[in-house]
Amino acid sequence: MSMEEIFHPMQEPMILMAAISIVVGAIVVVAGLTYFKKWGYFYKNWLSTVDHKKIGIMYIAVALLMLFRGGVDALLMRAQTAVPNNGLLDAQHYNEIFTTHGLVMILFMAMPFVIGLMNIVIPLQIGARDVAFPRLNAISFWLFAAGCGLLNLSFIVGGSPDAGWTAYFPLASTEFSPTVGNNYYSLALQLSGLGTLMTGVNFITTIIKMRAPGMKLMKMPMFTWSILITNVIIVFAFPVLTVALALMMLDRQFGTQFFTMANGGMDMLWANLFWVWGHPEVYIVILPAFGIFSEIIATFARKNLYGYKSMVMSMVVISLLSFLVWAHHFYTMGHGVMVNGVFSITTMAIAVPTGVKMFNWLLTMRHGKISFTTPMLYALGFIPIFTIGGVTGVMLAMASADYQYHNTMFLVAHFHYVLIPGTVFGVLAGYHFWWPKMFGFRLNEKLGKLGFWLIAISFNVTFFPLFILGLDGYARRMYTYSESTGYGPLNMLSFIGALGLAAGFLVIVYNIFYSWKNMPRNEKADVWDGRSLEWATHSPVPEYNFAVVPTVTQLDEFWFAKKEGRDITAGKFEKIHMPNNSAAPFWMSGFFFLAAFFAVFSAWIPAIISLLGVFGFMIARSFEKDHGRYISVEEIMETEKRLRGDK
Amino acid sequence: MKIDSSLPLEYSTEENRLKIFGFWIFLGAEIMLFATLFTVYFVLANRTGNGPTGSEIFELTPVLFETFLLLTSSFTIGLGIHAMRLGNKKAMMTFFITTLVLGLGFLGIEIFEFITYVHEGATITTSAFLSALMTLLGTHGAHVTFGLFWGIAILIQVAKRGLNAQTTNKAFIFSLYWHFLDVVWIFIFSFVYLKGLIS
Amino acid sequence: MNKKTSLMFLAFAVLAILSGCEPLTVFDSKGPHAETLSNTIILSIITMAFILLIVYALLAFMLTKYRASKTPDDYEPPHEEGSMALEITWTVIPIIIVTVLAFITVKTTTSVETTPEGYDNTEPLVIYASSSNWKWHFSYPEEGIETVNYVNLPTDRPIEFKLYSYGPITSFWIPQLNGQKYAMSDMVNTIHMAADEIGSFMGRNSNFSGRGFAQMEFEAQTMTQEDFAEWVADVKANEEPLTEEKFEELLAAEHVGRSSYSSTHLEFSPPPMEHSEMDMTDEEMDHSNMDHTTDSQEESKETHAH
Repeated sequence: MSMEEIFHPMQEPMILMAAISIVVGAIVVVAGLTYFKKWGYFYKNWLSTVDHKKIGIMYIAVALLMLFRGGVDALLMRAQTAVPNNGLLDAQHYNEIFTTHGLVMILFMAMPFVIGLMNIVIPLQIGARDVAFPRLNAISFWLFAAGCGLLNLSFIVGGSPDAGWTAYFPLASTEFSPTVGNNYYSLALQLSGLGTLMTGVNFITTIIKMRAPGMKLMKMPMFTWSILITNVIIVFAFPVLTVALALMMLDRQFGTQFFTMANGGMDMLWANLFWVWGHPEVYIVILPAFGIFSEIIATFARKNLYGYKSMVMSMVVISLLSFLVWAHHFYTMGHGVMVNGVFSITTMAIAVPTGVKMFNWLLTMRHGKISFTTPMLYALGFIPIFTIGGVTGVMLAMASADYQYHNTMFLVAHFHYVLIPGTVFGVLAGYHFWWPKMFGFRLNEKLGKLGFWLIAISFNVTFFPLFILGLDGYARRMYTYSESTGYGPLNMLSFIGALGLAAGFLVIVYNIFYSWKNMPRNEKADVWDGRSLEWATHSPVPEYNFAVVPTVTQLDEFWFAKKEGRDITAGKFEKIHMPNNSAAPFWMSGFFFLAAFFAVFSAWIPAIISLLGVFGFMIARSFEKDHGRYISVEEIMETEKRLRGDK
Repeated sequence: MKIDSSLPLEYSTEENRLKIFGFWIFLGAEIMLFATLFTVYFVLANRTGNGPTGSEIFELTPVLFETFLLLTSSFTIGLGIHAMRLGNKKAMMTFFITTLVLGLGFLGIEIFEFITYVHEGATITTSAFLSALMTLLGTHGAHVTFGLFWGIAILIQVAKRGLNAQTTNKAFIFSLYWHFLDVVWIFIFSFVYLKGLIS
Repeated sequence: MNKKTSLMFLAFAVLAILSGCEPLTVFDSKGPHAETLSNTIILSIITMAFILLIVYALLAFMLTKYRASKTPDDYEPPHEEGSMALEITWTVIPIIIVTVLAFITVKTTTSVETTPEGYDNTEPLVIYASSSNWKWHFSYPEEGIETVNYVNLPTDRPIEFKLYSYGPITSFWIPQLNGQKYAMSDMVNTIHMAADEIGSFMGRNSNFSGRGFAQMEFEAQTMTQEDFAEWVADVKANEEPLTEEKFEELLAAEHVGRSSYSSTHLEFSPPPMEHSEMDMTDEEMDHSNMDHTTDSQEESKETHAH
């Protein structure tokens, strides 16, 4: 491959701009760290950290960054289709943009946002000092970051994937996608997927084995339940992705015949494998949101969650069903009435447990005392908008009708109506809700509410027209359309909505700077009058989370203890065992990144050398004598005194 | 670190118990990984294109040898763990070394088998069936290879540091991994080779 | 107003809201199958609107009645565990709705996957529709003609399209006549339809297939059976036959205009083996595809002989 080919994408002005902005951003960060002499601090306290709270914050920071990366993609798409026969983007560039938009938003925005929140909150909610495997947790994050960086690099070096985020074969084969774009796809997703799988192992172990004394499974907060179930889905679904991506790489770079058009290859095998992972993946990003909404609605209605048991049950049922519906993504492949009928039924069945949850949330508010804070607004906005997504989901589940919706804007509108009010509202609600716990000050409520209203209204302006366009026969993924189709006005409306969405997200980010400068510090531990254990410890949370691990006798123990005037964190201090920081996860993932990067260009020798670096770190870790360290009683007393004194 | 002396050494600390539990979860993911590879193989098993079918290339003798070696190694590692629990470091190491040697033998025959296939013109690029077969076998073989290096690392640590809470924990987890590879092989033996030879 | 007319009225209202004045393509059906689908969709929209209404009413009620500003300052919400009766209600009612919809789904899916009702005794017109790069080839084996990027269809006669692809998966879709179905390289899918009216309808590939995807449209023109016969005779008499070289040239091209030929490509480039409609295992057995010639046929005989 010549240099010209490698840097070919740079010849596109839009891509050149994106590349420049990435480079400028990197220079600003590096210059800032150098100017403020923060390199040492940054390396010691962030790059080497194994603290679940800091790892969670890094996940969320990357997620916000990627929200903008994917958001710019979305704006470009809406701008291109705002008027008929628009020439803002050409077909190739449009294809790359919608492909990376999907990948970035699902895998590098929704996933890290969810994983970031679970990192910060779960150990606190179950009264633990950290996750089960802190070092592994850091590896998870850095592997994810490596995958994320690799996919974004594709924009600058070699070309982005352009076969859709689903990368159906044979389109994604070297015959029809000859650039290295889809090599980036298989390798970047492989790296971050491995990280996610490790997260799954880590959090299942944490939740099963490290709960506070007395916290039986049925006394866990709903968010913890949702995360436990989510991680079970991760452990069962992600290996399927691992295999699918490996086969993709073998087909593209080693000439195997899994999905080829000759020698027995089977293109639909890819689609099956992809969606056997892909559909559970949707629930991996939606169930945590359900958990967050449960916490927030209960907190701001000042009432315990209605129907706790059926809420747990319904999530278990949803997680089981999520593995039994994948074929509804291709009813139209012609597998007959029997198969389509069965998958229609399993798909529609998901509406039942989801409906149970919806009604339980509504009934939680009955006899309550509802205050409209920013997190609560997101939770309340979720209910009416997500229900539209849910009922259109049932419509799409009907195989016959799907023959008309499939591959159209109707489908696009549906999944945005599920993922935005579901996942995005969910993580934004959680972000506003737990922000004071992370940093010790609140986000400004006025700006928070402004952001919410901008997003909620613009969302509907952007996506409702797409339902109508879909029913009018507008196929998705078309980079342009002719004027005679009459699709122009509604597309323009959608573009205007997209601008509003962008404004809403800008307000959210501006709120960070505004609140950092203006909001009072040393917010009390229990800012929202909360119900679960994370509110029992200080804000921001000390390294060891709880000086004394609380004992639990019932659900919402902290809430009842407050009412009864008990202090569940009282007790005698003992020295606390904590894991040591380590930069090894960072460097090891660096070698992983290099290996994958070389592999993208089929440069196997440097790739293998880099991989040997990875193994070197594994061996070093195996031989390392690392027994952690202890925080002394004096140190705990000092910290506690400092944190209590300011309250 | 609190050590609970009523439990075997590998379970004696909180950290050890977490590691064993976590590894079981990880094995759950590994089961999914191999289950997916098996599914791919079954879907593509009859799609031989212009290449040979399973019954044309499979040979029972080397496969029987491989099976014998791996099953025996699973037995010897069990003996190794037993010796470890009795605190007999020397016996434990002998059994572990035996296990790794048997694993190496297995790997040798498997490589020989692959070379034979390639000589017969059956490569990973020939047909969908062969792609699926070699990916399944290759993934298992890569796991065995990784296990060999892992096992050596543990042996060195046991030799240097003796049997303590950390080393026994590692050895025990390694034995779980090794048994798992054996179970996967039994499935490969029955559903790939025997089924392929019969049909 | 009786129940049926009020339902019709509601359906009309939904349609009017959805479409402004002109009906949306999917509801503007010109054939029995498209009409079945249109009715199914309208029915599901009405059902879903009813569910939305309930959720919205409940939400509005909770938010107006139990907001903090409306409750006394010293009001402390009670502890409520949940209610078995309510849980059962909101589990059972959705199950009933889903069951009804599932029944309708199976019924309508069966219906649109077969020859349209009332046409059972008419001989269907079989057309092989295949895609390559960003164009469509239509072969009429009985008539012995082939067209590119347009297809003419007689009205009041059942039509069977046999779908396959010379490249990426595409999806064959004439929304005013029936829903879509995939065209793939290793098997043939069948889609049934019939046209009630004379007209020109948009047909396209709806499944993303690369750079030229947006332009991958064709025109489906319906005409009386007499006009159709006349057109066939005209093509047969006046157009060149489709040679293998010419077809290769067509396959390699990215976009081409319309063209017609007095022979089909089916003789020298046969479609992949037919995909069994009902069950997946058959398809695993029929592992031949376009690239296999006689070898694989013999081989599959061997496999079957075991």
